[in-house]
Amino acid sequence: MMDVDVNEAGLPRVVVSDPAAGFTPLSNSPPQGGRGPVGGLGEGGSETADLDGALSPLEGESGSGGEPPREGALGAVLDDDATLPTYSFAYLDEQTKRMIRRAILKGIAIPGYQVPFASREMPMPYGWGTGGVQVTAAVIGPDDVLKVIDQGADDTTNAVAIRGFFQKTAGVATTTRTGEATVIQTRHRIPERTLEAHQILVYQVPIPEPLRYLEPRETETRKLHGLEEYGLMHVKLYEDIARHGHIATTFAYPVKVEGRYIMDPSPTPKFDNPKMHRSKALQLFGAGREKRIYAVPPHTDVVSLDFEDHPFRIQSFSQPCALCAAEGVYLDEVILDDRGGRMFVCSDTDHCEERRAAGHRGALSGEAL
Amino acid sequence: MSAVAMLPDAETERPLLKVSRLSHYYGARLGCRDVSLDVYPGEVVAVVGESGSGKTTLLNCLAGRLTPTAGSVEFRMRDGRLRSLFGLTEAERRLLARTDWGFVHQNPAEGLRMTVSAGANVGERLMAIGDRHYGTIRATALDWLARVEIAADRIDDEPRSFSGGMRQRLQIARNLVTRPRLVFMDEPTGGLDVSVQARLLDLLRQLVADLGLAAVVVTHDLAVARLLSDRMLVMKDGTVIEHGLTDRVLDDPREPYTQLLVSSILQV
Amino acid sequence: MATRIVVSGLSKSFVMHLQGGVQLPVVQGVDFSVDAGECVVLGGPSGAGKSSILKMVYGNYGADGGQILVRDGERLVDVASADPRRIVRLRQTTIGYVSQFLRVVPRVSALDVVAEPLVARGIDRALARSRARELLARLNVPERLYTLPPATFSGGEQQRVNVARGFVTDHPVLLLDEPTASLDAANRAVVVDLIREKKKQGVAMLGIFHDEEVRAAVADRVVDVMAFRAAA
Repeated sequence: MMDVDVNEAGLPRVVVSDPAAGFTPLSNSPPQGGRGPVGGLGEGGSETADLDGALSPLEGESGSGGEPPREGALGAVLDDDATLPTYSFAYLDEQTKRMIRRAILKGIAIPGYQVPFASREMPMPYGWGTGGVQVTAAVIGPDDVLKVIDQGADDTTNAVAIRGFFQKTAGVATTTRTGEATVIQTRHRIPERTLEAHQILVYQVPIPEPLRYLEPRETETRKLHGLEEYGLMHVKLYEDIARHGHIATTFAYPVKVEGRYIMDPSPTPKFDNPKMHRSKALQLFGAGREKRIYAVPPHTDVVSLDFEDHPFRIQSFSQPCALCAAEGVYLDEVILDDRGGRMFVCSDTDHCEERRAAGHRGALSGEAL
Repeated sequence: MSAVAMLPDAETERPLLKVSRLSHYYGARLGCRDVSLDVYPGEVVAVVGESGSGKTTLLNCLAGRLTPTAGSVEFRMRDGRLRSLFGLTEAERRLLARTDWGFVHQNPAEGLRMTVSAGANVGERLMAIGDRHYGTIRATALDWLARVEIAADRIDDEPRSFSGGMRQRLQIARNLVTRPRLVFMDEPTGGLDVSVQARLLDLLRQLVADLGLAAVVVTHDLAVARLLSDRMLVMKDGTVIEHGLTDRVLDDPREPYTQLLVSSILQV
Repeated sequence: MATRIVVSGLSKSFVMHLQGGVQLPVVQGVDFSVDAGECVVLGGPSGAGKSSILKMVYGNYGADGGQILVRDGERLVDVASADPRRIVRLRQTTIGYVSQFLRVVPRVSALDVVAEPLVARGIDRALARSRARELLARLNVPERLYTLPPATFSGGEQQRVNVARGFVTDHPVLLLDEPTASLDAANRAVVVDLIREKKKQGVAMLGIFHDEEVRAAVADRVVDVMAFRAAA
């Protein structure tokens, strides 16, 4: 089942027909558009501005014939005369992508296990999702449709920058619609809409080690995982209850994957934890600075840790979304003025927009935003 | 008198820990050599000697923290079978270390988690063996804090804010909460004030008696050995030079070194 | 009457390694026995080896040669050759000892010092304490001292706590090392009474008493240790 779903999820679609094509031209001269992506990230919203410069060859090709990518198209994007080297497809060279895919496959084979990988320098700072970007780069293909969210929103700087990055370096179609996306890179949320088998969710992970809080030694945490010694994890939850009367961990809430590994679901709100459980979509996690990749294959058990007398509970909200009246979704607080005015709206902007398009109206939806 | 047969005692008791011809070398340097020792359920054995005599090396080998160069250490598992410590998988050995064994370090910071509360320090072993009920874990922690004379209102404080004596008592509670059958102690009263030492010794005596613990106590303090132990080994230069009933070794020492050691005790 | 202790051919010397290995012979060829219900007193001047013999019977000193057979229920144990764990058990079940000096356990109250041997034999702590209380009262230890550790008591008070600790159990063999040394006449009389009661209960006692009066009151036989004087 795992293999089938993984296949459907898109990994084998990234076929490198000629591995050599990936680096021959690049090894000699720096990519022409070398500073392009960095500039793109910095400019944030100007995601389409310099697309032409960096990706004109690919654009020209797919635009002209719509034929399947020819040899080399997935590796190096070359001009016909082979004198104008530019980026590999999706920025990373093929050997790196292969290395990352191996790590991903290992992660899928051992759900929840943190696989070390040779994380690359990316043209963006650590903390901006370098792990997620590398994973996305390794799994995305030209036919994929990419969605990038940050805290549930498609229009925040991080999301816009990463979307622009892949538009530029892979020329893939992008979307803000959860339903239309085949690859979704996320920081801190899981979309409200239930993900399907053909989708991959890529998480940006700052600190992959759930035991880090109590055990600073990597050698020791790896041993604890290996021997399945997880008493420490409950120590953290115990401390929560002792201090606050309830489990006060609200994000990065530890889970047990397929009854074996304890995993940090990245700093998503615990509200999203149940969505990971037996999800039809493949879930991949990339931590760039910490050089770890892990995965939850489709249909895998993901159980949040708890105590018998303090069972796991997700956050609940006393009112529906002020814009689309959705209930049972994760809400963000928005400050309206400096007199204490505020409202709660869907954190998942796409979900909110879709509902409003379908005619749902919340208490404040009349107000201009 | 002749009516009573001179029978050897029926060997009803079987050793909990069986050490045979154990040696440990650090490269070419001797740690301890050719030590044999049986520890029976409920008895306290002291290992005394000056620093560098090999007693801590021996303790670490017995507790599976150091792999001996030669010889064997066997422990009687709950199923009654003796198993070689170094034939166990690491997972089995670590399970043993957090259930059937305790290890009390001289420096409590080594045996405690200094940044989590006292209650969690005591509860960790329970959670590690699968206890998942906060209420019972906390109640057990409270009970143990009381047993080691730590006020209930300190349960949520971190041991960083505790005095040396309190930390040591907390470490003892943390070790004993799973009712281990064997506890290793490395200079348990080292570095404490005399009055704090006395309190700790009294506590240890009582706990050992109440719980029927077997213990191996390494100490350079002969008074600690006398108060806590039934039997003792005297180590010098890595070997055991004298062993026997604690009060006999102390009151009627045979070896020159033991006589020197005993005569060196300061009298108050 | 059943014999509880048989000592035969016992010898002991000390080798003083710190004094150039000089050998100090103490006793040799020690032979005597003690029956149940009998109090045998070791006699002789200071330095004759009385205390060493007593300590060998308790296992506190090692013997160089000979046998010390002690009846432990249906068995005989040779204290001179028994392994340490056997001696620990023998002390729990069979041999009690009243030493001259109290070895103070820090922080333990007088009451618990006395009750401890009972608790060690598996008697309920509350019951052990009530028996300890009775005995301390009989020995005229003021009640206000019961909850205090004996470290700060006067010599006589410490001695009485020690006597109580030795007499509280029903060990069938009791070794008495000058139990009355620093007691006043009234308390000496109490100890004499206690010894007589033990005799009635069939306890075999071996003791050292310097006080002529007490010795005369309790001794059934006197074994002259001078007879075992080892040649220097």
